[in-house]
Amino acid sequence: MTLEIAVAAALFAGVVVYSVFGGADFGSGFFDATAGGARRGAEVRTLIDHSIGPVWEANHVWLIYVLVTWWTAFPGTFAAAMSTLWLPLMLALLGIVLRGASFAFRKYSATLGQARLFGIVFAGSSLITPFFLGCVAGAIASGRVPADGGGDLVSSWVNPTSLFGGLIAGGSCAYLAGSFLVADAARSGHRGLAEMLRVRTLGVGALTGALVFAALVPIKEDAPTLFDGLTGRALPLMVLSALAGASALVLIWTRRYSVARFAVAAAVATVTLGWGAGQYPWLLVDEVTIVDAAGADATLQALLVAVGLAVAIVLPALSYLLFLTQSERWLRH
Amino acid sequence: MTLEALQVLVSDTPSGLLPARNQMALSLGWHIILACFGVAFPSMIFIVHWRGVFRGDAVALELAKRWSKVSAVLFAIGAVSGTVLSFEMGLLWPGLMGKYGDVLGLPFAFEGLAFFVEAIFLGIYLYGWGRMPPRIHLLMLVPMACAGVIGTFCVIAVNAWMNNPTGFRLTAAGEVVDVDPWKAMFNDGVWLMFAHMWVGAFVVVGFTVAGVYAAGMLRGRRDRHHRLGFVVPFVFATVAALAQPLVGHVLGLRVAESQPAKLAAFELAETTEQPAPLRLGGIMIDGEVRYSIDIPKIGSLIARNSFDRPVPGLDEVPEDERPPVNITHWAFQSMVGIGSLLALSVLLFWFVRWRGRDLLESRWFLRYAVAAGPLAMIALEAGWIATEVGRQPWVVWQVLRTEDAVTENPWIWWSLAGTAVVYLGMTVGAYVVLRSMARRWRAGELDLPSPYGPESAEGVQEPSR
Repeated sequence: MTLEIAVAAALFAGVVVYSVFGGADFGSGFFDATAGGARRGAEVRTLIDHSIGPVWEANHVWLIYVLVTWWTAFPGTFAAAMSTLWLPLMLALLGIVLRGASFAFRKYSATLGQARLFGIVFAGSSLITPFFLGCVAGAIASGRVPADGGGDLVSSWVNPTSLFGGLIAGGSCAYLAGSFLVADAARSGHRGLAEMLRVRTLGVGALTGALVFAALVPIKEDAPTLFDGLTGRALPLMVLSALAGASALVLIWTRRYSVARFAVAAAVATVTLGWGAGQYPWLLVDEVTIVDAAGADATLQALLVAVGLAVAIVLPALSYLLFLTQSERWLRH
Repeated sequence: MTLEALQVLVSDTPSGLLPARNQMALSLGWHIILACFGVAFPSMIFIVHWRGVFRGDAVALELAKRWSKVSAVLFAIGAVSGTVLSFEMGLLWPGLMGKYGDVLGLPFAFEGLAFFVEAIFLGIYLYGWGRMPPRIHLLMLVPMACAGVIGTFCVIAVNAWMNNPTGFRLTAAGEVVDVDPWKAMFNDGVWLMFAHMWVGAFVVVGFTVAGVYAAGMLRGRRDRHHRLGFVVPFVFATVAALAQPLVGHVLGLRVAESQPAKLAAFELAETTEQPAPLRLGGIMIDGEVRYSIDIPKIGSLIARNSFDRPVPGLDEVPEDERPPVNITHWAFQSMVGIGSLLALSVLLFWFVRWRGRDLLESRWFLRYAVAAGPLAMIALEAGWIATEVGRQPWVVWQVLRTEDAVTENPWIWWSLAGTAVVYLGMTVGAYVVLRSMARRWRAGELDLPSPYGPESAEGVQEPSR
């Protein structure tokens, strides 16, 4: 493996992890939004607080990791994508800001009125962010970001591949969040809540799975390079994703929630990986390859040092956090 | 400036330059306050939490609990406003990131790492109340404080590189070659700039938190809770406010060598003078200084550490390479003035206390203590304005002009307006929520349950923390 590919792999690992962990965060907005009025929805909202509260800031950092690695390792393509996909990135950013702030504000609101206002902002912004990030992915994967930037500010991301990318991203997030929330609800003994979430999660999961495969039809015309990759090199990953997603539906149907979580996560991770494998070796599809986009070798080596440090320092700490949040001691109120 | 000159200026600069600079200034200026809390607050929480655990001090422990909840809110909005900045690097300045991303990017990678560590341990700390053994729980603050130091260093490393670019070479064709990211990160300017910012964070947070309890004392709440809540951050603020003028002075001595144009703007110097006076206030109109109070020789002393060394003037700088001089000068002097006031005030407080009188009994001192937090924030902002505006028209000193770095996107005025609205909303939201937290704590509520609705039949409650 060359230096460039190693750094690109480290970068994409961040994308995959963000799509799983960050996705589970964002998706909770869907359940928050559909929880119903203050009385009916209080239970779901409290569960969401409890489930994502300790981890959301940590999950958030994956995005920063991806951006930083991108501009350090592949600066030209970063500038090109940022200037072309300015609008969807700006809107995703708006969602991130509103979501992060209102989540914290809601938790400490004094009155129901305040909580309602912040809650609406939280849920709404949770829905728009994955959509626009998915649009960005679709734009890159369908070859709409010119190597030197300055692509069309609108048509670069308003097109079939981008829109399907956005919908799939949103659906995956909701499916992930549902699987985590339903497991948390069942584990802490809230049966009625778990049943309600189970039905919704099944619906979202089936819909998202259908979307992924429906997307292949327009992608064939709209993004031939990606289509060839998805049905060629990335085919095993796509098959794996389909299997994992389907088995997760079965597991949730039969109420084996704690295993189901991992199956959903695997489905989302493999579909994201499939996108990466599908557009390899391009960084900006049909425009710049990973090798051509790379910055100075010295910087790539230094970045690998940073990644190594991250693996050595962050992963144990993060595992400790996840272990604590998932352990029985922390669930006891 | 004549109308013609103005027209030339307008036609030459990209339309997005002004709003992009303002948007960057707004989002950076907003974030830096919260970043200060991320850097300095964990150390203060550690002290009160440590007292609570090891001395059995219940008041201190309660302070630690409350501060940790406050830091949760501040950290949350700090995290998002920091994310904004990482997007804006590309959305506003593609000309900088596309060309120099691999030169300046490495410290950001380490900063991300440090931030990650801080976020993880904050999560553990916040949710660890009542769930972890107290001593281990206390230790979770240590990685947070360390991460704050490293994170500050890394972010400042990038800014220091913009002021002292190194670690690369430009070919005749303008290509960036021989990139050495480590050299860029550990450039000449980084250590002093880091020290200045790190100490500055403690000045801001120390005075701000102390001010909150001073406000409480003004309203007659003079229990031990308020005294301790004042004294702990005030001690941090004291050390920081006394160290800061020294650090700032040593840092300032570099400017004469490294960025004479910036120093000229700091000192409002039209021509090179030897020895140079210290110009207090004043304004430069058409190249002439008016309304300033000049103190002979002191300018040389402050800027050059000697009574007769010259202070460079703007006349030595090509016309198209001069920074906006008045903003830079006023920002710089506001920072120095407020910093000196803060340093003198803490000296006064401890001197009077040593003489046996407690200024916390004085309503005037308490009023000043309430104002000191916002004053420290103004000094911090002014310092950043001074160094950033003073570096103009360069984004990377004598390497890349700001107008060549800015995006060509036509919608930047809209995004500036949107940013202003969102940040105003976040400021109001944070203020309302923090105030209401304080009010409910005073009313005796301990857990602050989430107010999502009446309790449901199953009786789900906010988990106690």
